[in-house]
Amino acid sequence: MSLWVDCYRPKSLDELHYHEGLSARLRALAGSGDFPHMLFYGPSGAGKKTRVACTLRELFGKGVEKLKIDQRVFMTPSRRKLDVNIVQSNFHLEITPSEVGNYDRVVIQELLKEIAQTQQVDINARHRFKVVVINEADTLTRDAQAALRRTMEKYMSNMRIILCANSTSKLIAPIKSRCLLVRVAAPTEQEMMKVMKHVADRQNFRIDDDNVIQEIAQDADGNLRKALLVFEALKMQTGLNGPITIAKPDWETYCHKVGDMIIQEQSPQRVMEVRTKLYELLSHCIPPSVVLKTIASHVVDKVDESLKADIMHWAAVYEVRMRVGNKKIFHLEAWVVKVMSLYKHFVYGIDMSSFD
Amino acid sequence: MAFFQQSSREPARHAVDPSLQPWVEKYRPKTIEDVSAQEHTVAVLRRTLTSTNLPHMLFYGPPGTGKTSTILALARQLFGPDNFRSRVLELNASDERGIAIVREKIKGFARQTPRAQVVSSDGNTYPCPPYKIIILDEADSMTQDAQAALRRIMENYARITRFCLVCNYVTRIIDPLASRCSKFRFKPLDDTSTSTRLASIAKAEHIDVPESVISTLINTSQGDLRRSITYLQSASRLANSTSPPTPITPADIQEIAGVVPDEAVSRFAAALGIESNDMDVDGVSKVKGFDDIRRKVKGIVREGYSASQLLTQLHDVIVEHPTLTARQKAQSALALAEADKALCDGADEELQILEVALNVHKAVTS
Repeated sequence: MSLWVDCYRPKSLDELHYHEGLSARLRALAGSGDFPHMLFYGPSGAGKKTRVACTLRELFGKGVEKLKIDQRVFMTPSRRKLDVNIVQSNFHLEITPSEVGNYDRVVIQELLKEIAQTQQVDINARHRFKVVVINEADTLTRDAQAALRRTMEKYMSNMRIILCANSTSKLIAPIKSRCLLVRVAAPTEQEMMKVMKHVADRQNFRIDDDNVIQEIAQDADGNLRKALLVFEALKMQTGLNGPITIAKPDWETYCHKVGDMIIQEQSPQRVMEVRTKLYELLSHCIPPSVVLKTIASHVVDKVDESLKADIMHWAAVYEVRMRVGNKKIFHLEAWVVKVMSLYKHFVYGIDMSSFD
Repeated sequence: MAFFQQSSREPARHAVDPSLQPWVEKYRPKTIEDVSAQEHTVAVLRRTLTSTNLPHMLFYGPPGTGKTSTILALARQLFGPDNFRSRVLELNASDERGIAIVREKIKGFARQTPRAQVVSSDGNTYPCPPYKIIILDEADSMTQDAQAALRRIMENYARITRFCLVCNYVTRIIDPLASRCSKFRFKPLDDTSTSTRLASIAKAEHIDVPESVISTLINTSQGDLRRSITYLQSASRLANSTSPPTPITPADIQEIAGVVPDEAVSRFAAALGIESNDMDVDGVSKVKGFDDIRRKVKGIVREGYSASQLLTQLHDVIVEHPTLTARQKAQSALALAEADKALCDGADEELQILEVALNVHKAVTS
């Protein structure tokens, strides 16, 4: 018994529920025999991977669903061994290069060259090329991206690359110019509701109250995966009759608590309390930028209009410093102190303009 | 290693079906005369075809201006198809290019004495001067050490080997190397040469490309010919794959290029309080507070547009705006520049777009 998200994941392009125009294009491209390198991008939970899988199926038929996991060992120039898990079928293979951190260039070079040099031996195969799916392409280092450049042109006859990324900002221009860009936007609330109704149909139960699923859709914020998970959880808990309360994840309520603490009192002692709470969050592996964003958006909801812009501004500033710097907690704390001082000065009516 | 290199070339030579070939490769210039819009460089190189002298060369310029094409075409014209493989070594960033490779492979190739010329199989005569060419493509991604190791090699074997370094940023090439080469700057292609080139390809491929599509291609690719050709090919693939084939529209090109549609940008700009000069975006009510801007930003992020692309286009809107004052434009430009830097450092996109939106809003309404 698998989760509904996996169980009702569309398997072919015809089953997809939204972005019909895009599906038609993908079908046409897969059918034409002339398939370009592609780059799928869009927010998470919008259905990028589902679309990639469907396109592969359209290209090669059922064979792509026979997956096996292969463990490969690569050697870096400094003789360190890297273990990489590769999911592959006879027609394609999937890698997540971020697993190997800084050495992704070696993996990309070796792997792609190897594929490029082998030809498809199966005579019944529909296409002569193999497809390489690279997940989380925006975490590739610049070196690895540079290594892709010429390879993508040179070995076009044996190989196609499908990149999957959250944003194109971190990809270098030469890669973007070699790919067909496919934007997968997040579904709208109506579309998400349609999908949830479809799932309900397949599970043989009816939704009496549209407000319920609308609430779930609003809460999911364009992330269909989240919506379906919440939907299933609620169905199991309450049966979806009558009003529902969507339980927020623990860390989110915890973040909100931190936000409240900042507004209630501004003192060195409070900073220490906030710090322990932040440490708690970080030690539970919540990404620091997510923590910062969640707290900031919570604080902003509670303060005066004139403060909102400033708080967001400093959130943006410290978020960048967090990326560039090494110790995340420093920057989180610095932001907390900044917000406290802004708030206090606002309450006591002191002009802060000369302290920027 | 050498064995692998040999075999890795094979598939590229068996280009199976010309219709599946990328047009960028298919229409690569065959001779240096075919290279678009780089008159100065071509004029200098043409002379080397007649004389047997060639300096070390450093080609630099933005992507898609024909650097690699030029040196490949030149090498082909100098040596002809038979000698090409024994006389030219091409290395790029997808090959391992650390200091070890420089020491072994490049040095090994550089010290070989070129063989005497044999009669060319296709009947033409080629100048075939008595030196070999080593092409180091994307040389700016070579490490400093590897570049340093090249210095002496370049001088020692100058009699029988010429180097051609190809790169985007000349500043990343260490000075001692740069001073050993004669530099050629490749400038971005002007609009007319791009459009003639695109038109000729469209004609050769028998596709119908309206004028408006060509101008959109030129706008989105900004002087990068490779990019515009790739977009054109993708667009024609999409157009041909539907049945019946639909004509290519400018909107297709924008979608392929990952450009945010003009309408979305102007709606976003309007929400920030920048009045647009064309009045078809009336649907948005006037300047509002923080929460409205935040909602707008959320919407944009959910659509999945890339932040850097959005900022670039917002920049165009602001800078070319007819009524904003210079001060307002300058403040907005500052906000955009800082956000761009932050994005390069890997900052969160939503926060940065929000930051820009708030700053621009403040600048425009003050």
